Amino acid sequence: MASHLPPKPTPQHSTATAGGMADSGHARPRGMMRWLLTTNHKEIGTLYLLFSLTMFFIGGIFALVVRAELFQPGLQLVQPEFFNQMTTMHGLIMVFGAIMPAFVGLANWMVPLQIGAPDMALPRLNNFSFWLLPVAFLLLLSTLLMPGGGPNFGWTFYAPLSTTYAPPSTSFFILSLHLAGISSILGAINIIATILNLRAPGMRLMDMPLFVWTWLITAFLLIAVMPVLAGVITMMLMDINFGTSFFNAAGGGDPVLFQHLFWFFGHPEVYIMILPAFGIVSAIIPTFSRKRLFGYASMVYATAAIAILSFMVWAHHMFIVGLPLVAELFFMYTTMLIAVPTGVKVFNWIATMFRGSISFEPPMLFALAFVVQFTVGGFSGLMLAIAPADFQYHDTYFVVAHFHYVLVPGALFAILAGAYYWLPKWTGHYPSVRLSQWHFWLSVIGVNLTFFPMHFSGLAGMPRRIPDYALQFVDFNMASSIGGFLFGISQLLFVLVIIKCVRGGEKAPAKAWEGAEDLEWSVPSPAPLHTFETPPEFHPQQH
Amino acid sequence: MRTLLVWMAGGLASAALTPIALASGWNMPEGVTAVSRDIYSLHMIIFWICVIIGVLVFGAMFYSLFRYRHSRGAKSATFHEHTTVEVIWTTIPLLILVAMAVPATATLKTMYDASEADLDIMVTGQQWRWRYEYLGEGVAFTSNLGTPLEQISGNSEKGENYLLEVDEPLVLPVGQKVRLLLTSDDVIHSWWVPELAVKQDAIPGFVNENWVRIEEPGIYRGQCAELCGRNHGFMPVVVEAVEQEQFDEWMAGRKEAAQQEAMSADREWGLDELMSRGEQVYGAVCAACHQPDGSGNMPAFPALAGNQVLLDEPERHITTVIDGVAGSAMPAFRNTLSPVEIAAVVTYERNAWGNEAGDSVQPSEIAERIAGQGE
Repeated sequence: MASHLPPKPTPQHSTATAGGMADSGHARPRGMMRWLLTTNHKEIGTLYLLFSLTMFFIGGIFALVVRAELFQPGLQLVQPEFFNQMTTMHGLIMVFGAIMPAFVGLANWMVPLQIGAPDMALPRLNNFSFWLLPVAFLLLLSTLLMPGGGPNFGWTFYAPLSTTYAPPSTSFFILSLHLAGISSILGAINIIATILNLRAPGMRLMDMPLFVWTWLITAFLLIAVMPVLAGVITMMLMDINFGTSFFNAAGGGDPVLFQHLFWFFGHPEVYIMILPAFGIVSAIIPTFSRKRLFGYASMVYATAAIAILSFMVWAHHMFIVGLPLVAELFFMYTTMLIAVPTGVKVFNWIATMFRGSISFEPPMLFALAFVVQFTVGGFSGLMLAIAPADFQYHDTYFVVAHFHYVLVPGALFAILAGAYYWLPKWTGHYPSVRLSQWHFWLSVIGVNLTFFPMHFSGLAGMPRRIPDYALQFVDFNMASSIGGFLFGISQLLFVLVIIKCVRGGEKAPAKAWEGAEDLEWSVPSPAPLHTFETPPEFHPQQH
Repeated sequence: MRTLLVWMAGGLASAALTPIALASGWNMPEGVTAVSRDIYSLHMIIFWICVIIGVLVFGAMFYSLFRYRHSRGAKSATFHEHTTVEVIWTTIPLLILVAMAVPATATLKTMYDASEADLDIMVTGQQWRWRYEYLGEGVAFTSNLGTPLEQISGNSEKGENYLLEVDEPLVLPVGQKVRLLLTSDDVIHSWWVPELAVKQDAIPGFVNENWVRIEEPGIYRGQCAELCGRNHGFMPVVVEAVEQEQFDEWMAGRKEAAQQEAMSADREWGLDELMSRGEQVYGAVCAACHQPDGSGNMPAFPALAGNQVLLDEPERHITTVIDGVAGSAMPAFRNTLSPVEIAAVVTYERNAWGNEAGDSVQPSEIAERIAGQGE
């Protein structure tokens, strides 16, 4: 392809001046200070990814505490207070500490490379938004050691359980969430500024790779809803510390208002965690099908449609709080509508594979598993949209199965697919195929053994967030626990893959995958610290 | 490709297993009301729609993966859009959804029509029990977890209805339209019985409505469905549906007991009988937070054993139980416990676990205070 010329050799590419222009006249900081002060999008991307991986294991350990307790009925390992802290912290850490930063990390690394930009538009802001995160999550984790324990009211922290009845550490939880929220907003601003201003000459919006498109839309979602989250937690802070009664019925407040505000943030948040995954999969499937993505334009429009609809469906999380009939109907219809653009995406991926030339490298395996498993999560989502049936599904393990299918075999698998896809670009080496396949198959078996039985335990009547259960749920829970441990332990293989890949392995050329087309494959592998200091020539594919 | 075949076999196996699983009672119960059967049929329709779409979509996907393998020398085509096809696969799902929305809307309308009820029950969630009040009948009681603690801790064998049993079930007549009015005294709870297809949040400051007309006598078990704190998992709902005559008998017995309880508030009670009644009330109502041995659970729930405020200021002790403590987890028991129960539990707390106040509080005192507040 004419668009994939190698980058022009410039002096900055040589290792001797790896510090780049910004550091002229200064010695480049070394050791810790290098990472603390870096403004390079690749280094910050790496920091985000490593942070997210760490949080993934911490949140995973919390999940395994939960699964260990639920292995058998009765209370064996932990008391209900601690169990509730584990479910809550697992959710908060996975959502805000693992999945979101992983996508931001991928965006940091790949968005500038995919649009031919030299760096993010606002590099110092980039550094700041990353370093807020370790502070936020150290604060959050420290609440576990405070008197009364950490947050124990679920990651959705419904008032008044999270206000009048909350442990004293809740104000610290609020502060940490504020910090994580600021980090997200700043990151989103940076991504929008980069995409809108720093595209290679000749690259129109409709020429951008889908990962860039999905991130642009995600960033707008973030800017729209993170302030709502900030508002609602500030109201909680006021209720707890300053005697207001936003959510306290005894003072004239309204506990249901909390849920409206939370889910006005929370539902778009769900799509914040899945849209970039669509982008990753839309890059990988064409590459390994050796065929252009089917329906590029409809993919973009479907993403935008999902984003817009996401502001109109929040109360489907509240079908049993006693909404008026008209509201129930409205939110049922809008929620069902989401199936249409989501279906379009799945059909497009399959049409891309149809009459392609398909091979099954590790990134493709994860992407294919994503398509199947995400669709399973989509099906249960469609079932949950039927408001009358939701009176039975609501707050059961059926819901737990649904959102885990979208987030773990869905979003997380897409992140893993992305990591396998771009590791050659990051490290200059291919990940070990043998180990990757072990990681893939163990993950697929583990994740489905964990979450598929939850559909049944939910339908059979098991509520979520309980530390002990009636005897008819024993078999399902035992299976889920075994699956959970298998999945958790097999993620150590992923760490092994990364370490081996950083240290060595088969050398990757600039264009690491035969069918890969985007701009990132025109720079050498590993990508030098500074790329595209001179904008590349970009020739759009003919639409 | 071998791995691919394994995957396909796995997919087929799970597709085959799903109906088996659904047939063997792992599915949503059909239930014993007209509404629960409507919901069940909606659930099954949408489930089969998903299965059919799944077979088609995954079928097309696995066919492509198998047929167009690079290793078989497949050459990729160059098409990348097709307007007609794209319009078709946008429109068909839309039509399926409209077809699905019609019966769902009808069912929802029925579920929302709680008018013309034969019987009204006030259901109040409290950490961590349910209180039922038969409105207009003067009958009310609380329903606590019936499973002994030894079963939970694993010191004795778990019974058949482990965690799904209560000391006093909600008794309802079959064939009658029963309106449930739900609220909460503290945090949000959710009252759920799968066989009745009723799940409704109980929210402080709100009164929610739902209704049920049970068709078959029987015992139906469910649980609190909204995380409500420490003992969320230990807050079952049990409904006993009986024939009308049996219900009337039960109601008459209940009314008589309520009258006797009210009358007994006027007589003088001895320390021993207050203590034994108090122990019973404490175990059912107070022990979940303040612990069976009165040791409390700081920082939220203060210890009662050796509590100087409690021992030195009986007035404040009584006020705390009657009115609760604003802004804390301590609820007001004015309406949920009878004067006899309040007097008994206060007396018990002042004389149990090494507390040696030695005095007793008379039900008549409590009744006077509550009556005085009402004016």
